[in-house]
Amino acid sequence: MIYGRRLIGAAVTALTMLAAPVATAETPPDTLIQAWAIDDVISLDPAEIFEFTASEIAGNAYEGLIGYDPKDVSKIFGKVAENWTIAPDGMSISFKIREGRKFASGNEITAEDVVFSLTRAVKLDKSPAFILTQFGLNADNVDQMVVQTGPYSLDFKMDKAYAPTLVLYCLTATVGFVVDKKVVMEHESNGDFGYEWLKTNYAGSGPFTIREWRANEAVVMERNDNYSGDAPPMARVIYRHIPEGATQRLLLEQGDIDIARNLGAEEMTALASNTDLVIDTGAKGSIYYLGLNQKNEFLSKPEVRQAMKYLVDYQTIADTIMKGKVTVHQAFLPNGFLGALNDTPFSLDVAKAKELLAAAGVPDGFTVTMDTRNTPEITGIAQAIQQTMAEAGITMELIPGDGQQTLTKYRARNHDIYIGRWGPDYQDPHTNADTFARNPDNSDDAASKPLAWRNSWEIPEMTLKADAAVLEADADKRAEMYIELQEEHQQTSPFVIMFQEIEVLGRRKNVDGYILGPSFNDNSFALVTK
Amino acid sequence: MSITDTEGGRGSALFPFLWKTVKLLATVALTFLGLLIVTFLIGRVVPVDPVLAVVGDRASKSVYDKAFIELGLDRPLYEQFWLYLTKILTGDLGTSMLTKRDIVDDIARFFPATVELATVGILIGTLIGVPVGVWAAVRKGKLVDQVVRVLGLVGYSAPIFWLGLLGLLVFYARLQWVGGPGRIDIGFEYSITQNTGLLLIDSAMQGEWAAFRNIFGHIILPASLLGYYSMAYISRMTRSFMLNELEQEYIVTARVKGVPEWRIIWVHALRNAAVPLVTVVALSYANLLEGSVLTETVFAWPGLGQYLTNSLQNADMNAVLGCTLVIGAIFVGLNLISDLLYGLLDPRVRRRA
Repeated sequence: MIYGRRLIGAAVTALTMLAAPVATAETPPDTLIQAWAIDDVISLDPAEIFEFTASEIAGNAYEGLIGYDPKDVSKIFGKVAENWTIAPDGMSISFKIREGRKFASGNEITAEDVVFSLTRAVKLDKSPAFILTQFGLNADNVDQMVVQTGPYSLDFKMDKAYAPTLVLYCLTATVGFVVDKKVVMEHESNGDFGYEWLKTNYAGSGPFTIREWRANEAVVMERNDNYSGDAPPMARVIYRHIPEGATQRLLLEQGDIDIARNLGAEEMTALASNTDLVIDTGAKGSIYYLGLNQKNEFLSKPEVRQAMKYLVDYQTIADTIMKGKVTVHQAFLPNGFLGALNDTPFSLDVAKAKELLAAAGVPDGFTVTMDTRNTPEITGIAQAIQQTMAEAGITMELIPGDGQQTLTKYRARNHDIYIGRWGPDYQDPHTNADTFARNPDNSDDAASKPLAWRNSWEIPEMTLKADAAVLEADADKRAEMYIELQEEHQQTSPFVIMFQEIEVLGRRKNVDGYILGPSFNDNSFALVTK
Repeated sequence: MSITDTEGGRGSALFPFLWKTVKLLATVALTFLGLLIVTFLIGRVVPVDPVLAVVGDRASKSVYDKAFIELGLDRPLYEQFWLYLTKILTGDLGTSMLTKRDIVDDIARFFPATVELATVGILIGTLIGVPVGVWAAVRKGKLVDQVVRVLGLVGYSAPIFWLGLLGLLVFYARLQWVGGPGRIDIGFEYSITQNTGLLLIDSAMQGEWAAFRNIFGHIILPASLLGYYSMAYISRMTRSFMLNELEQEYIVTARVKGVPEWRIIWVHALRNAAVPLVTVVALSYANLLEGSVLTETVFAWPGLGQYLTNSLQNADMNAVLGCTLVIGAIFVGLNLISDLLYGLLDPRVRRRA
């Protein structure tokens, strides 16, 4: 028994050592600490940035020629540009650059930097480049299309007279952000316009600089002392990679972070009663939808498509599974966009769906599969839909998969139904019309593969209508065109559009001034105080 | 190994040594080649398009095609593999598509975090698991034995994800005994220079004791959790090895000779049980070194497990292959070490060699 007692003694000592209290530090008063799953960051070069997290970082570290009011996106104003004039023929826009503003490096921002940034993005031709190249720009002609006309002026030329708002909104996207030519070109190698360097470094003029990106670990930003606007109250902003929502909640409750970005419905319920914390919400542009592949013999019947729109319990899903992280929305343009259609004609109506199925010649239903991302929320929505579909006799098998895996299958048009989420690329209605309502070539080797293509939906007439809306200069007329387009799309398309996303953020009560904008690069912490 | 005995005449000690080394190297090389081929093939069979991780979902066809060719995906499979192999031989593991950094740099950054966690974990697991196992063997069938068995069973079967969250809730959120997720508080983040990447060692060497304490507070909970898991296994194995030894005749002899009981158990029996135990501990350690994805996720631990999983999900094959090599090297290395330890612990093995 002697060794027994000794053992117990040793174990108790070990446990006391384990239990030695470790003071948890409060977050420093001049540092904002956010917990977010940041493993989607693959580049910090504005010419390549396209992911949510990186967009937000760029939005706070770089500036574009122009910006808009996140509360009312129709108010467009100059940032790097002081003003602009649209040529009478609508084929070019002349920008005048504000004088005396600086990059974080101390270099002055001139028209040369703007021209460099835009031509660089086109020549590098990374994923978001199409936002600029859709105006007829390419690597060969861009030097003639984006031209410096003076130290503080430049012309942006296009191949057609596009709707001015379309062009301006596209220039607010991250791909149009202005980079410091001198700094970037100091790091050029093999004619890469400094791309190898910039993808992990920084050369901008926004309120914060990017000091460090440690993949899967943290992003550290610091106040830009050369920023021309009001100096941000926070000296440092740190994103910590905390993939798990439950972990974020614990950190937030303890005060080890100031803001939690990936709270699930469960965590939000748990936090609601905590008076030290506040939940902020902001409508985002992302749309949740089902894509019904028209290669499937059942799904290609118009009445079946219509029936499926009556077999989703929209409101219940929004209230329970998503707990306020979405609102019901049934048209392809999110609320807040020019010409958004906010009618919600569909609700769960099994009897009506059964009638439609009978009219389609499948009164007893049929069996289909749905490729479902294995995240708790998407899986939850999918299971709810599976149940309501079953009420009308449609057997829906869920095929769970990782994000990239389901996406690979969707892009190859090998799915029956895909449950997806689509975020607009810029603030103009064309961004979603382009993908939901245009399909110029439905062949397998088509050059462009929008969502309509992925679901094999042949729509030559609707494509023409969407194309016409792009060239309408009058904003009111243009909005009218999009509403008409959505009304038709809502009834006939193979897209069951269900929800618009609401971004939710949990913050400590003392943190104030965080702005949640309609897209991630509008989220701003430049004015945050604590 | 018998070749050394039959052919090793006097003065020719060099030859058997060389032969052994060559044999060893050949085995290691073949192991790695096999590992690489299998991993490479798995990577190509996985239904994930690796180009997606590079250009995203929205890229135009020209951007997509460019990336496809840059990744060498247009070449035949054997050619892709051959290119990769020749690059590895020059020490170049390629670049990660996700982090845009050299795989070697990435591993050098993520691996120490895992090593540190696994080492503290295996220390806890062994230092508690072995004595507990011995105790259970001595008190076989008694209450202690039953308690140890139940504890081991729980450790073996409870999901680590759940235990981790529970641990955080109790020890971090309620009792505030330990630090939260992550390796270190932000406040200490820049107070130490990372030389080895093992923060406990770095902070101790720089005399930053406040930081050391903070780091210890962060590592102790996830390490205890991993330690608990390996303890469950190690204590079960210790118990059965010990039971085996305690039945041997030399124990009876020792008892007859009047050797004190504690000496019989802790010196005579444990010493012999320690030989197979070394392999058990080494394998547990190797398992921890692979990086526990779930533990790393719950505790926001930037280690190899998270890196590998994320790479795999995005079909970032350079990263996956690089990690496979490292994990392979760990297993080979730990096997070698436990072979050497066998020699030290067991005179019979030493003589045979």
